[in-house]
Amino acid sequence: MFEGKNFGYDGNTTGEVVFNTALTGYQEIITDPSYYGQIVTLTYPLIGNYGINDSDIESDKIQVKGLVVGNYENDWSNFNGLESLNDYLRKNKITAITGIDTRALTKIIRSEGAMRGLITKENLSEKNYLSKIKDSPQMTGSDLVQYVTAKQNYTLKSEKVKKKIAVYDFGIKKNILRELLKYDTELIVFNAKTPANELLGLKPDGVFLSNGPGDPDAVKYAIENVKIISSSGIPVFGICLGHQIIALAHGARTYKLKFGHRGANHPVKNHRQNSIEITSQNHGFAVDEKTINADELEITHTNLYDGTNEGLRHKKLPVMSVQYHPEASPGPNDSKYLFDEFINLINKFS
Amino acid sequence: MPKRTDLKTILIIGSGPIVIGQACEFDYSGTQAVKALKEEGYRVVLVNSNPATIMTDPELADATYIEPITSTFIEKIIIKENPDAILPTMGGQTALNAAMDLHNKGILEKYGIELIGAKVDSIRKAESRELFHKAMNKIGLEVSKGEFVKNSEDAKRFLDTTGFPIIIRPSFTLGGTGGGIAYNIEEFEVIVNKGLDASPIREVLVEESLLGWKEFELEVMRDVNDNFVVICSIENFDPMGVHTGDSITVAPSQTLSDRQYQQLRDASKKIISEIGVETGGSNIQFAVNPDNGRIVVIEMNPRVSRSSALASKATGFPIAKIAAKLAVGYTLDEIPNDITKTTPSCFEPVIDYVVVKIPRWDFDKFRSTNPDNDVLGVQMKSVGEVMSFGRNFREAFQKAIRSLENGRAGLGSDGKDLYSYEYLGNLGESDRENLKNKILTKLKTPRSDNIFHIRYAYLLGADTEEIFVSTKIDKWFLNQIKEIVETEIELRTYKFS
Repeated sequence: MFEGKNFGYDGNTTGEVVFNTALTGYQEIITDPSYYGQIVTLTYPLIGNYGINDSDIESDKIQVKGLVVGNYENDWSNFNGLESLNDYLRKNKITAITGIDTRALTKIIRSEGAMRGLITKENLSEKNYLSKIKDSPQMTGSDLVQYVTAKQNYTLKSEKVKKKIAVYDFGIKKNILRELLKYDTELIVFNAKTPANELLGLKPDGVFLSNGPGDPDAVKYAIENVKIISSSGIPVFGICLGHQIIALAHGARTYKLKFGHRGANHPVKNHRQNSIEITSQNHGFAVDEKTINADELEITHTNLYDGTNEGLRHKKLPVMSVQYHPEASPGPNDSKYLFDEFINLINKFS
Repeated sequence: MPKRTDLKTILIIGSGPIVIGQACEFDYSGTQAVKALKEEGYRVVLVNSNPATIMTDPELADATYIEPITSTFIEKIIIKENPDAILPTMGGQTALNAAMDLHNKGILEKYGIELIGAKVDSIRKAESRELFHKAMNKIGLEVSKGEFVKNSEDAKRFLDTTGFPIIIRPSFTLGGTGGGIAYNIEEFEVIVNKGLDASPIREVLVEESLLGWKEFELEVMRDVNDNFVVICSIENFDPMGVHTGDSITVAPSQTLSDRQYQQLRDASKKIISEIGVETGGSNIQFAVNPDNGRIVVIEMNPRVSRSSALASKATGFPIAKIAAKLAVGYTLDEIPNDITKTTPSCFEPVIDYVVVKIPRWDFDKFRSTNPDNDVLGVQMKSVGEVMSFGRNFREAFQKAIRSLENGRAGLGSDGKDLYSYEYLGNLGESDRENLKNKILTKLKTPRSDNIFHIRYAYLLGADTEEIFVSTKIDKWFLNQIKEIVETEIELRTYKFS
């Protein structure tokens, strides 16, 4: 149990408590739909310094269930700032807590694994706190995509349109859409449950599978759809949850990491170019490399911290994916070339 | 890539005497480099004119020469020791200059010696204003705007593109005589005309002033495979106009959003590639316009620097040691991380604390009748520095002030204040207003004791906006000081019982 001071919305919240080690980017983190259902602890202790602006938003609202920080700084200063983090959390009805020893909390998560937690002002017995936590949903086995995917399909266009890309929205970050729009594209963004044939019926030049929250193995409909899509021979690119779904669709397994990868400094080895990228990461599950069929899939990227899988490429089909976030936001822009590679695949195959 | 086996003996150039502007940080980096290269089995020869250093301890290098750091003496050492390579990036500007001199005199070529860590072309590109500006333009980065003009009409035409303040430097005068900063059109005309008269070729450089802009530094590393990492970002508490060595600095940067920080990171990656530092660390400095975020590249040091010593201690990443290993051919992913031992050095450290560096001045020892002796500007005056860690800025800041060993226990209320709390509290309204205005005026000039005067200003009822107008110190830092003052006021309401 950690005691601190409430800021943001005044109310109880439960969720899976995870930590992110990025030094900047709290606005992008709290609006990233991949954090749906989670209480995020930020290990960098000064949060709020540069306020909230209108350009660093990754979805239409705050997605985290709660925020835990060491020192909330209400007096922000930045030429792009518009309001304080406190006001932003309040408007979105998201509870946050400050004055927490985030280092101690992070050490617990690192040794015991990510676990469910509760932020509350109620004075209860330990047993009652625990029963409230146990009533909250578990991460493993939960299809959280259904809560964050676009309810209605929609279309975005660059000024000039050369290629049409169908996007499965599993909880997509806006910066992925911004990146894809740089390539003269029309993006048709689909609800995650849209049947594959409906998508392919529109004759897109490529299909993009987005990031998203929760257990990939629980999103059965997406796995089935991706089987149909990838075998159709159309170029496919998956990021994060999209990467896991591609792996599952090709017979590999996924598993829950003990405390996940969440930060902006993970070194990833690109085996094809023998180079290293510093990457932005946010995932609690990973693809089990032992279960990958080497005849079908090539391992293209590996995390240098723990050797886990970070990227795959199909050996015959134009299918590529990465576990990390080339769109950054927050994090380094080292891996933007992956969008080039996807567009090159599209140009080659359509 | 494994380490190079074609090199047997490597000569490291030290930084010479400890002087104001170049202190013992280069002993720290040089010592690390000697150890790192010996660990790899190289024979290490060291030259340093300063025997009062760790690196010249007899047991460290294989051969140590306490000789002047000049090409004449280094050539004699070369003849005797026959090194295959020289590592010039560990001994500050002194070592870099000596290496360039050896190159210019043809000594390197004559004895077939390679410079490792930084090549001649990279050093040249980084150090020449003209070549550096050209390189920055090529990769689409901005440098401060400037133009050489021969009459006041052209000077005015340039002024229209920048506005005030503006810097005027006459060409070919000793020590910049006749130049200055103009804040309005009257001053501008006077200084330009004076400058034209002072210049033997009637030419002045009019240059956009970055005074008051925010200042940031990135400590970066690159290896032969073009892998690039940022070790640490540093934000200056004091705005542009105060030498970094005289600035209070903070790591990591505090007031940039991720998008703004990544712009600096992307720019740094382009700069180190363009300048061509292939194996080692560099320090890159930026000015950021506080009103619109415009980024201007100030300079790049293709070597370890005062800031890399700070960045190493702040993050635990041994920059000089790793830079030495990169110089002999290793790549970042081949060198194990010093702290974890199991993961590679190819990563960007993240920290969960704040580091504050405060310079230590000794104006008492350098007594002068000049009342402006302690005015801080472009020439460094500090003789040392302290750094401290905290879980927030206020904690680290207070600890640093206390560590300066100048008798202060913190920001104030330690019985050493120029104006005591009681004195300030008892002032009548008009005296109070007068003193407040006097202090706000004083704060317009950066001085060694300004942080204490910021406290007096708050105690006298000034608000953050007023203090910002005087100091141009980012409001985030000012509000942190304000919180310290508010805590002080709160503590004073409690009584011992």
